[in-house]
Amino acid sequence: MKFSDLLRLTVTTFVVYRMRSFLTGLGIAIGVAAVILLTSIGEGLHQYLLDEFSQFGTNIITIQPGKSQTHGGNAGIFGSIKPLTMEDSDALHRVPHIEFVNPSVQGNAEIRAEGKSRRSFVYGAGPDFPRAFKMKVQMGNFLPDDEAGQSRNFVVLGHKVRQELFSNTNPLGGYVRIGGERYRVIGVMESKGQILGFDMDDIVYIPAARALEMFNRAGLIEINVNYQPSADPNKVVESIKSILTARHGREDYTVITQEQALEVMNSVLGVITFAVAAIGAISLLVGGVGILTIMTMAVTERTGEIGLLRALGAKQQQVLMLFLGEAILLSAAGGLAGLIIGMGAAQALHALMPSLPVQIPVFFAVLAESTAILIGLAAGVIPARRASMMDPVEALRTE
Amino acid sequence: MIAFSNVNRDFLVGDQQVHALRDINLTLGAGEYVSIMGPSGSGKSTLLNLIGLLDRPSSGVYKLDGLDVTTLDDEEQARVRREKIGFVFQFFHLVPRLTAAMNIELPLILGGVEVEERKERVAKLLESYGLKDRAEHRPEQLSGGQRQRVAIARATIMHPSVLLADEPTGNLDSATGKEVIRLLEQLTEQGVTLIMVTHDRDNGNRALRQITMVDGRIVGDKRKSD
Ligand SMILES: Nc1ncnc2c1ncn2[C@@H]1O[C@H](COP(=O)(O)OP(=O)(O)O)[C@@H](O)[C@H]1O
Ligand SMILES: [Mg+2]
Repeated sequence: MKFSDLLRLTVTTFVVYRMRSFLTGLGIAIGVAAVILLTSIGEGLHQYLLDEFSQFGTNIITIQPGKSQTHGGNAGIFGSIKPLTMEDSDALHRVPHIEFVNPSVQGNAEIRAEGKSRRSFVYGAGPDFPRAFKMKVQMGNFLPDDEAGQSRNFVVLGHKVRQELFSNTNPLGGYVRIGGERYRVIGVMESKGQILGFDMDDIVYIPAARALEMFNRAGLIEINVNYQPSADPNKVVESIKSILTARHGREDYTVITQEQALEVMNSVLGVITFAVAAIGAISLLVGGVGILTIMTMAVTERTGEIGLLRALGAKQQQVLMLFLGEAILLSAAGGLAGLIIGMGAAQALHALMPSLPVQIPVFFAVLAESTAILIGLAAGVIPARRASMMDPVEALRTE
Repeated sequence: MIAFSNVNRDFLVGDQQVHALRDINLTLGAGEYVSIMGPSGSGKSTLLNLIGLLDRPSSGVYKLDGLDVTTLDDEEQARVRREKIGFVFQFFHLVPRLTAAMNIELPLILGGVEVEERKERVAKLLESYGLKDRAEHRPEQLSGGQRQRVAIARATIMHPSVLLADEPTGNLDSATGKEVIRLLEQLTEQGVTLIMVTHDRDNGNRALRQITMVDGRIVGDKRKSD
């Protein structure tokens, strides 16, 4: 028997039992569509986060106070933890292959100028900040490299803050009050837009030492270190650790490389995507039960036909193939419909919400379709075997 | 060409042994026209099923064209059925969702015959059985006589040497029944062995050889002298 004939005979049953076949195929289609849609969103999100992360460059190392496995380990349950100071930050300039070191303190504060006021994000930074994070100054200059302990009250405005407070007038040389203190505007940053939903233009930059005072903090929130792309990150980390541990007496801080941060993010997203796929797999399984039911019914209803086929000279294996082929074609067609529905839904979602990135993962599309086919195979095997094992005389007598 | 020696067929119904066929010894030559008559339950259908290799004897030997076919496996038996045997049933046994043409085509499909040749052979048979304008009709759209003609066309499309008909007129009015009988008789003239189970004495008596069965035994086997 030829494959084209198998297909032709199977299609005739789909046509006669169209409603039943449609509903059974739908079970599989929904499962596949769910997998495709959800993994598309997951994969899109993944790619989006990756892109956002690497905007700052990939050769950044972050040092945070406190020893912990994950980010931002906080004050000492395990004895005293020394804060990361401006002096620690300066000391890191001695690390070989270092390009930039940026001390960082952040908080919110009231910004006033020209009779207007706005609550914005205040970023206490070092002079290397724009180069370390690949940001550009639009006009004026970034914060100068003042002597330790002699930071002047200078501020660089984010693009939005400048527009809100100064409209079209030139802000350079003007004054703003931040948390009650007067700062002279020496620069404005280029617009950067949003990163991970955070408005990078609604920020003012002041010297980290001034920010420490303003927020009344003993230490920096973190220190960012840029190393040369050619450098071995492990060696850089080693050097950082040896300097800081010498200064603190022990390792009471955490060093996070960009790679580690990405790894954590990847594994979290991987788990989410996998969970989503598992949910889809369960609905596929339910679809498989539908196929099993429908094929069992079909074999019973078509007992006379099975007897006839045997009388006409069909081998047991041909009867098996007919019913197995029907189950597989049903699930494959359902799966294909699901692929189209899922991809369409993902595209439609993207059209409706352009900010939600979607990316159809080929791997999951192939996986979902092959799973659908495998489920058709598994669900069809028992009914098809029953059909092929029937005694032809008995089968012919029914009806 | 068909030779039964000491063939028995027993069925176990519950813990009761039913002897459907007892010690059947029978030889049928090529091109014979045989009717089998007898009361209901006398084993006529069982005998036909054995001849058609749909069933196996409980004991005894069945040789078809000199070959002991009782020992063949499923695949070999299927091949013999496909190539040498045609079945015609009382209830036609057409596949309801297939057209008349496709029903006739089924044995060719199972045999893997090329599409071109299939079309040709089906068209020829439709023509000679007067079904040309019914080719694309489904069984439910056909009369009883037309259905049985489709079934006969299907049974003969592989040019079998043996045609087994189990009460082929049992579901037809007598006029249509006569037509069908005549059609089958034409086939015997072309050298096909026709073995027909019937309840109808008139039809049965037309056969050149008449076998009578009672209680699983052959009790009469007479030939027309002319
Ligand atoms: N598959 C079977 N299982 C049990 N008993 C059967 C089976 N097939 C036939 N028989 C029995 O064998 C006997 C002969 O049946 P059958 O050949 O159908 O008779 P006929 O065709 O002459 O009416 C009957 O008693 C019938 O009940
Ligand atoms: Mg009978």
